[in-house]
Amino acid sequence: MSEPSSPNPRQPPAERPLPASLRRNAPLVPVESAGGRALAAVIAILTFLAALCAGGAELVAASSAQWQSAVSREITIQVRPQAQRSIEADIEQAVSLARRAPGVEEVQTFSKAESERLLEPWLGTGLDFSDLPVPRLIVIKLQEGTQPDFSGLRQALREKVPTASLDDHALWLTRLSTMANTVIVVGLVLVILVLVAASLAVTFATRGAMAGNREVVDVLHFVGANDDYIAREFQRRFFRLGLRGSAMGAGAALIVTIILGMLTRSWRASPAGDQLEALFGSFSIGWRGYATVILIALIVAFITAAISRLTVRRFLNEAG
Amino acid sequence: MQRVKALYENEFDQGLAPAVHFENVGVRYGMGPEVLRDLTFSIEPRSFQFLTGPSGAGKTTLLRLILLSVRPTRGLVSLFGQDVSKISKDGLTALRRRMGVVFQDFRLLDHLTTYENVALPLRVQGKEEASYRAEVVELLRWVGLGDRMHVLPPVLSGGEKQRAAIARALIVRPDLLLADEPTGNVDPSLARRLLRLFIELNRLGTSVVIATHDFSLMDQLNVRRLVLGDGHLHIDA
Repeated sequence: MSEPSSPNPRQPPAERPLPASLRRNAPLVPVESAGGRALAAVIAILTFLAALCAGGAELVAASSAQWQSAVSREITIQVRPQAQRSIEADIEQAVSLARRAPGVEEVQTFSKAESERLLEPWLGTGLDFSDLPVPRLIVIKLQEGTQPDFSGLRQALREKVPTASLDDHALWLTRLSTMANTVIVVGLVLVILVLVAASLAVTFATRGAMAGNREVVDVLHFVGANDDYIAREFQRRFFRLGLRGSAMGAGAALIVTIILGMLTRSWRASPAGDQLEALFGSFSIGWRGYATVILIALIVAFITAAISRLTVRRFLNEAG
Repeated sequence: MQRVKALYENEFDQGLAPAVHFENVGVRYGMGPEVLRDLTFSIEPRSFQFLTGPSGAGKTTLLRLILLSVRPTRGLVSLFGQDVSKISKDGLTALRRRMGVVFQDFRLLDHLTTYENVALPLRVQGKEEASYRAEVVELLRWVGLGDRMHVLPPVLSGGEKQRAAIARALIVRPDLLLADEPTGNVDPSLARRLLRLFIELNRLGTSVVIATHDFSLMDQLNVRRLVLGDGHLHIDA
């Protein structure tokens, strides 16, 4: 070590050039420890679960909207055979009444053979249905976006074709809607529970980090850092941890969704695939689903930051 | 309150109030006996003093009292003319920003480089790095750490750590410098050089308190000595 030319530290800097960048932007609070990595993993897992719950709820919501729109665009008239009446005449009468009803786009009559074929799944093939009083169906497709009042048609049918009954699927729609809403609410509750669990995990991790970095916190206080500065430093570090964890979790959830979508497409021809498709539609969550998953990842990261800041402030206040 | 605070600050800035004033201060840990008793003394602005006494006499505790990391169990402490008994957290931060401290165990942050450690007091004040980079580098070069500025503290020798700790305390040009055994880990020639640095800082207006039991260091300067023994303070002018 050379003897200094002047002992005055306040003199202008020496002539020697300075290095371009001296700081590595190292965080003041070292939370990138094993504990930090474990927290990122916990956040990733929780985000994955929350994203799956939200994605599932979104899938059900989208599918139920599809079902409801398909079902509500169709109504059915059932004409029961009666010995004293000609069923064909009744059908003709019912069709003509239906065509006159408002909002009707198309009226399709199921022939006797078609009606009998509908029973085959339950009664088997090769049976003679001629002795059975098989009712006949008239399917009425409604114009899109219309919700006509069927009381007039119902009244006319009652007067002119007493063997006919109108089914506007209202009961089914209500049940379907209730079931779908229940699934969505359960999904949302699960998302909230997972977020609460993530918050608690962050609280414990922050308190652990504070206890493990007490020496660092003391030094920061002694060199003139206030509580807010220290809390901000912790918040910044935990936000990055949270963002990394939640991005991993959300990414994994999106990959799982895409893989499931591909699997259901490849199973489409099989009976199981048909059932799945009937239940979940095409098993793709659409842009709203993707946006929900990304939103959940961001919410988790922000919650991580906010909770860590609050925890640090409380910890510092408790420490006096 | 703000007006009173401003008045006190003005008094200190005008040289009317002492940097540190203790009156009948006592401190005990828990329910134990008082480790320091009836301390009454002042540290005047621009003054230079050694704080000495045998090991375990309470030198570090006295420094911690001044730093407000230990609170007195009785008596009055005022810093820069301000009574600290009811000081807010923000007030405490403001007072600490006027003090530089060299800890006996250095307390460098092991995950930051030497440069980052020395620049830390300026960084926590929210200053832009460009505004202090040259000054930090110059000070590091002056304390002989010019070629060690990118090194992490665990790699530094004891003497290098000590110089880094001293540089960190000096970088903010404090009104009051507290140094706990600042030459304990360096050879005599470097100890003399560091002492000259403290003297120069004192000439520029900083009150300096050096806690040491190194008589060869104290004999180099004819300044006031605060001598601690048996919990009492004796001032040897």
